[in-house]
Amino acid sequence: MTIRVQDPGLETTVQDTGRLGYYSIGFPPSGALDSFAYHVGNALVGNEPGAAALEAVYLGPTLEFTQDTVIAVTGADIPAFVDGEEIPLWESVAVSAGSVLSFGQLRAGARPYVAVAGGIDVPLYYGSRSTYTLVGIGGFQGRALRAGDELAIGSDARDPKAGRRLNPSDVPVHPSTAEVHLLVGLHSYRLTEDSLARFTDTEWKVTPDANRVGYRFRGAELEFVPREQPFGAGSDPANVTDCGYPVGSVQVPGGVEPIVLLQDAVTGGGYATLGTVVSVDRDRLAQTKTGDKTRFVPVDLDGALEVRRDRHAALDRIRSALS
Amino acid sequence: MGSHKITSRTPGVFYHRPSPDADPYVTTGASVAEGDTVGLVEVMKTFHEVKADAAGTVSAFLVENEDEVTIGQDLVELET
Repeated sequence: MTIRVQDPGLETTVQDTGRLGYYSIGFPPSGALDSFAYHVGNALVGNEPGAAALEAVYLGPTLEFTQDTVIAVTGADIPAFVDGEEIPLWESVAVSAGSVLSFGQLRAGARPYVAVAGGIDVPLYYGSRSTYTLVGIGGFQGRALRAGDELAIGSDARDPKAGRRLNPSDVPVHPSTAEVHLLVGLHSYRLTEDSLARFTDTEWKVTPDANRVGYRFRGAELEFVPREQPFGAGSDPANVTDCGYPVGSVQVPGGVEPIVLLQDAVTGGGYATLGTVVSVDRDRLAQTKTGDKTRFVPVDLDGALEVRRDRHAALDRIRSALS
Repeated sequence: MGSHKITSRTPGVFYHRPSPDADPYVTTGASVAEGDTVGLVEVMKTFHEVKADAAGTVSAFLVENEDEVTIGQDLVELET
């Protein structure tokens, strides 16, 4: 039972919940950038949470299934077709042996996910099937898919069934200006008060440098408080003595073009971290594309924890409704 | 005679040529067949070839070299 890749799209990778526990030795977690779309996809096709799925970006792949199975397409708003017939998103669909899944032009969002009953069966690497393409590990041969690849499908689907559908009120919308919550901190004191306010007042535009490692934005210039260069720090005013970068953290090299780190994050370095995007809001960033806008809405720690609790509660509710 | 516009399938930066020193893929007045490459869009440090989805003669470039483009944006106009 396999999936044959007829066309890989722009960059389609195998992802799961990620490779947790190795950050301290320089291993980012990888895993699905839009974890909500990924988890709902697995629930729709009757997989256990954590089964591996496919994540595409901008251009969907063209995939042929060699056996009858059940799939679900979630995430970005993109026309998806089985043998040329458009299929609903956020709903499990039966496909027959020889059927071909293909995609049209993205309407909104950036990343479609394809969940398959049984999950994508690639070897576990350090506890995860997620692809980390920068160093070529995990996933399918450590890389994005190519035409001609054959992906094995796992056989341990709990309860594959077509016609499971996410309640429309739970389907995320992808506005062209995304709002994400930002917990200000670590080195926010390095920015002038004006600049910190400017950061949260600005609509930042996503540049073409926006991938699984991080998103780079343009929109304003930020100034740092003058200081004496500390021991171990670089000479740029944005430099601090090296530290670990949280996933979701924001650095502003040179005071221009802030970077938000995502699941394939650089794990540490010497740029001041002015805040961290709340983990569940990274899903929203993952569904913005080059040219879209993002606003960072400050939140305190209690507020950040609440945002996360709400999301986890929503996922639990959705999982039990679909089971 | 009609006209046809080739659109971008990804957001990114449009390039007329395969590399800075190379000749452009096509110039105004050139005839292209369906499937011919007419430019590149760079996004996420990968280059995606823009293919003609119709045959015709290039009548205009609707974006400049190195312009940022969005999904669905018109890139090249063909006389068909």
